[in-house]
Amino acid sequence: MNEPTIDNTFEDPCQRAPLVLNHTEFASVTTAICQANESPRPPRAWYIAFAISSTLASLFGLLVLYLIITGVGVWGNHSPTMWGFPIINFVFWIGIGHAGTLISAILFLFRQKWRTAINRFAEAMTIFAVICAGTFPVIHVGRVWVVYWLFPFPNQMDLWPQFRSPLLWDVFAVSTYFTVSLMFWYVGMIPDLATFRDRAVTKTRAIIYGILALGWCGSTRHWHRYERAYLLLAALATPLVLSVHSVVSFDFAVAQVPGWHSTIFPPYFVAGAIFGGFAMVVTLAVPSRQLWGLKDFITMRHLENMNKIILLTGSIVGYAYLMEFFTAWYSGARYESFAFINRAFGQHAWAYWIMLFCNVAAPQLFWFKRCRRSIPVMFFVVMCVNVGMWFERFVIVISLEQDYLPSSWAYFAPTWVDLAMLIGSMGLFLTLFLLFIRYLPVIAMAELKAVMPEANAHPAGAHGSADDQNGEAVS
Amino acid sequence: MSAHGQHANDSTGEVFGLLAEFETPEQITRAACAVHDAGYKLWDCHTPFPVHGLDKAMGVKPTILPVLVFFGGLTGVTLGFLMQWFTNASSLKAWFFGMVRGYEYMISGKPMMSLPAWIPVMFETTVLFSAIAAVALMLVFNGLPRLYHPVFKSKRFARATDDRFFVVIEARDPNFDRSTTHTLLETLNPTSIEALEA
Repeated sequence: MNEPTIDNTFEDPCQRAPLVLNHTEFASVTTAICQANESPRPPRAWYIAFAISSTLASLFGLLVLYLIITGVGVWGNHSPTMWGFPIINFVFWIGIGHAGTLISAILFLFRQKWRTAINRFAEAMTIFAVICAGTFPVIHVGRVWVVYWLFPFPNQMDLWPQFRSPLLWDVFAVSTYFTVSLMFWYVGMIPDLATFRDRAVTKTRAIIYGILALGWCGSTRHWHRYERAYLLLAALATPLVLSVHSVVSFDFAVAQVPGWHSTIFPPYFVAGAIFGGFAMVVTLAVPSRQLWGLKDFITMRHLENMNKIILLTGSIVGYAYLMEFFTAWYSGARYESFAFINRAFGQHAWAYWIMLFCNVAAPQLFWFKRCRRSIPVMFFVVMCVNVGMWFERFVIVISLEQDYLPSSWAYFAPTWVDLAMLIGSMGLFLTLFLLFIRYLPVIAMAELKAVMPEANAHPAGAHGSADDQNGEAVS
Repeated sequence: MSAHGQHANDSTGEVFGLLAEFETPEQITRAACAVHDAGYKLWDCHTPFPVHGLDKAMGVKPTILPVLVFFGGLTGVTLGFLMQWFTNASSLKAWFFGMVRGYEYMISGKPMMSLPAWIPVMFETTVLFSAIAAVALMLVFNGLPRLYHPVFKSKRFARATDDRFFVVIEARDPNFDRSTTHTLLETLNPTSIEALEA
């Protein structure tokens, strides 16, 4: 791998580190980002990845069909482990989605300019992860054909949903989250779709991107309202993302199962979601910047910043694991203490130790700059985190196995359908992601150009010296 | 970079306005100040990204959008509350695509009006309505979607979403005069000036 020669991870207090390397002209940025989408054929690796992931996605579809025809007995779920894999996968996927909103909304509010290179595909990742997440509770209800009963619609039976239940809060939280994320993603993409439209060489492209761009013409009067709307969406999406995972954690925390009934759950779940989500962003960013030639935009500095966030949120998660044990001991509640000792030394102890290794031990490598900047090391760590965060939800859900009544205790074992559906949902996620990087603008070009030093509109001579140096450092 | 007016006088039909092309954010900001000072009202700048300070230079008034989004949120929280109160804590009849009746759910002996338990859904409906209001009103105020615009007839204008910055002064503007407006634009040192067909 040949990285760009300029080291933009070096901190020089006299100047801002450049966020775009090797490009000083707006036109070359546009061309570099568009060329992968405009080339008649994507790279061979794309075809191979697409073949594999779409096969898995089809498998997922077939398994859902099999499940609906046969019934939920095809899963390993049993009493008392009623939730099993579907809810583990649901929480896993919805958590992945949260990093996208964090990058697009929270970093936007904090004016973190480095977000511009990665926010578009992190947002896309959010949408696709929420699609995967939403599928699982829907098929988990068993009778999929009456899933609309979850919504308060007027009906002859005079039957309404019960709004005191966290499961119903979830319906509203996840559907709102999906809608708002989709709008945020699309609104952000309108100017870039207009770029695609204006560069189109074929009629088909011109028509499709023309319709999608809604006739955007870059008018300053439009930009003015657009920026306001975007800021408002960011300000709305920020509490939304925190609320969504808090509500997901209420599914557990409001129940009285030992190991679930805990006030630490909302912040712990949110930190875990951001942790797992950032790991997935890095997982996707590393191969796509290589394949799509985006190393000048998704630079080592971007990856390093994300690795720092992984280290921070990983430490918060590690602290939460520790605190859970402390609370269990300090509460003096026998069932609570048993649940935690059982997690670490009981029948599914192996899952607990995998989780601890992947989520707490592995990210500690990121204390070292050399590790934060090494592609193989970072890929190893983020793959650990991806696995670890799935196991975290496994460990939590599997607490159901041994609750208050020893006579109902059981051992949960997944069936082949459980495992194939987990892999199949990954296929669905990757298929959607591959279609996205092929057909839609992967990097927010308009936003990226606006953070280049060349976009500074102050008249010549009025430049701060830092800006001038910055411009030279880039060229 | 001298002004080339070869396109300005060769059009015989009705004109939509004059289009001047610039290369840098500095130039367009300076041009915007000049056009604004000349007293034009029906004109616009087209840029590939929001140029910082350009809306101020043009004298664009702050949008009312945030205020309306606040009312969107207010609508959301009210509807979220009413929905939960009607369906879970009342036995009233109302028309909602047909006559429907609320049902008083008695759950764990909790009060009918369980406000704390309703807060998550009320919060979500607030965010949902505000977000929809923000996006929908932004598009409505911007007059989008509008797939046709006279500026799209210009070949040069394709670069407005790439790397060029444009000023368009519309012929409908009371101050517009083909030759004086052209002279004004020429003094701003554009890369090109072009008349847009209506």
